[in-house]
Amino acid sequence: MTERHRDGRPRPLLPSERPIRFLTDGGTPARGPHPYPEPDPDLLLRAYRRMVVGRRFDAQATALTKQGRLAVYPSSRGQEACQVGAVLALDDGDWLFPTYRESVALVTRGIPPVEVLSLLRGDAHCGYDPHRHHVAPQCTPLATQTVHAAGLAYAERRKGSGRVALAFVGDGATSEGDFHEALNFAAVFHAPVVFLVQNNRYAISVPLERQTAAPALAYKGIGYGVRSEQVDGNDAVAVLAVLGAAVAHARSGGGPFLVEAHTYRMEPHTNADDATRYRADAETERWRRRDPIARLEAYLRGLGRLGDEEAAAIAAEAEEVAARLRAGMNADPDLAPLDLFAHVYREPTPQLAEQRALLRSELQAELHAEEVPV
Amino acid sequence: MTPPAGTTMAQALNAALRDALDGDERVLVFGEDVGPLGGVFRVTDGLTAKFGEDRCFDTPLAESGIVGFAVGMAMGGFRPVVEMQFDAFAYPAFEQIASHVAKMRNRTRGRVALPIVIRIPYAGGIGGVEHHCDSSEGYYAHTPGLKVVTPATVADAYSLLREAIDDPDPVIFLEPKKLYWSKADVALPARTEPFGRAAIRRPGADATVVAYGPTVPVALEAAEAAADEGWDLEVLDLRTIVPFDDGTVVASVRRTGRCVVLSEAAGFAGVGAEIAARVQERCFHSLLAPVLRVTGFDIPYPPPMLEHHHLPGVDRILDALDRLQRDDEPDTRHLLAGGAA
Ligand SMILES: Cc1ncc(C[n+]2csc(CCOP(=O)(O)OP(=O)(O)O)c2C)c(N)n1
Repeated sequence: MTERHRDGRPRPLLPSERPIRFLTDGGTPARGPHPYPEPDPDLLLRAYRRMVVGRRFDAQATALTKQGRLAVYPSSRGQEACQVGAVLALDDGDWLFPTYRESVALVTRGIPPVEVLSLLRGDAHCGYDPHRHHVAPQCTPLATQTVHAAGLAYAERRKGSGRVALAFVGDGATSEGDFHEALNFAAVFHAPVVFLVQNNRYAISVPLERQTAAPALAYKGIGYGVRSEQVDGNDAVAVLAVLGAAVAHARSGGGPFLVEAHTYRMEPHTNADDATRYRADAETERWRRRDPIARLEAYLRGLGRLGDEEAAAIAAEAEEVAARLRAGMNADPDLAPLDLFAHVYREPTPQLAEQRALLRSELQAELHAEEVPV
Repeated sequence: MTPPAGTTMAQALNAALRDALDGDERVLVFGEDVGPLGGVFRVTDGLTAKFGEDRCFDTPLAESGIVGFAVGMAMGGFRPVVEMQFDAFAYPAFEQIASHVAKMRNRTRGRVALPIVIRIPYAGGIGGVEHHCDSSEGYYAHTPGLKVVTPATVADAYSLLREAIDDPDPVIFLEPKKLYWSKADVALPARTEPFGRAAIRRPGADATVVAYGPTVPVALEAAEAAADEGWDLEVLDLRTIVPFDDGTVVASVRRTGRCVVLSEAAGFAGVGAEIAARVQERCFHSLLAPVLRVTGFDIPYPPPMLEHHHLPGVDRILDALDRLQRDDEPDTRHLLAGGAA
């Protein structure tokens, strides 16, 4: 099933030597030729809108941690082109396998923001219905979801559904054994899965150089027989172009595809992390000048596809989303302690039924204590 | 060096690592984020700065790799002390731990020993999201060849970690996360009891509460509360689960006649069940009531907003005491097999 050129030569698995980019850091068109077709400007405008909304969501979630409304929040500020690009490159029926960092992608998928934040607020492990949205629970153990994505994609292929799966994974997690097993399984079983490595340069404090000696993470596909590509992850045009090709490749029976997106995490790992211990402000500053939203905005304005009025309307929409999120998160969640026993098995074991009764009597005793002051 | 008064458990562990690195060139510290960051709980803070990149270093993010690498390094003459970032993130390394770390001495008929310490921040009570709160001691305790240690006091944190590093066998060193910031005035270096000796943290006459790691302070708190109800509880801190101190536990229960085993982990098939069985076997004729376990529920660790319902607290211990019926004649016949009463 090796892919072949028209003349019968096998197509190389090698990624391009440099990350694919369509835009300069300033958002003007980068010199071509581009090996992938440029996405339609309507799609780019949609992406811009989602990125602006996503960033506002992210800033609001970060602010909510300061008020103690979230147990923890891993920001994806700076990674909006990847998160939004991944979702827009897929159809609604395609599956996403996110990590804890993919809140912006999940909001873009249309999951209500408060449901996206359940895991991080701490009221539920997964606030949304995975089947309804075709989104697996956000995964905390690193790289374990990549194998799931390969399996689901293979299931879809077996069913002939035409659906693909996309697994997000970080640069650090590419060191885990599961990532390598996922690539191998996906390749051997020709599963229609796209692995999107968001290389944001750090795994908590550990820089890329300590993670790999490979010239690029995209090279990791080669040994497994997986087509790979690297892209400027802060260039939304390039991300959409490459992911569009990767998804088309998977959907049309070409097997798995690995995309390494070079990007940067602008904020600390989570609100609990102290980034000054391991990276210099000057570096963060350099990446600020490659901001994915500013670049896309400049490009769209240059194309004449975005004017002040529309930009203002999008900003207003983002404010609305943030206001709704604030309201939703400031309301205390409905907690049902007895549900702790509801979903361990479909039918609780007799032991769980007993333990449920114990908790129930404890809760009743608490209620009593509140009602009847002593 | 002696940290100032009010040393935290995290500082004591840090001091133990520092002193061990200082005292033996073969000791190495490695894992995820243990270098310049100093570990996510700062237990390795300053070690790279003091001892250099060769002695305390970050690895690629791969737990199986970290532990497997440690196996090889130990075979090559070093004494690795590795960190798994959180309890549930040690599972990728479980294959290495169960198949190799635990068995190397036995497989090689004593010719290859593995003096490795695997440090694991463990258990809950800090509001962490899922996979950051597992009580995994049962898996390790059930694996012959491993020693399983969990400190509950600042002095023990220092002393047990030093001993773990000196130990000729692999040690799973479980650090109760919620106690990292607990403080005590302890002059370091401090040496307490060796492995395999439980400590009586509070003497008492009416019942023995067996606890370890994160549940020791809970047991002590319960003992205070129970005193108001006329119970004089003895609180035992196991300190090491493997080796297990039958002697101290048995002597205590024979004196008090009643026993409650306390743990955060799910109760079913857990360490608490082992302890209850041992007590039953050895103290049957002294027991005035059945041995009870007070544990977490048999559910996956709940989301942070609900964890307080899961974790055994003072009230659940007091309820257990009610079932031990201290006063009057013990009416426990209905619990005997056959229910003849
Ligand atoms: C198996 C496993 N080991 C360790 C951790 C702890 N941990 C959480 S995030 C993280 C760093 C991940 O870095 P990377 O894969 O680059 O993703 P990023 O957070 O940068 O998006 C670590 C070590 C974990 N979640 N799972």
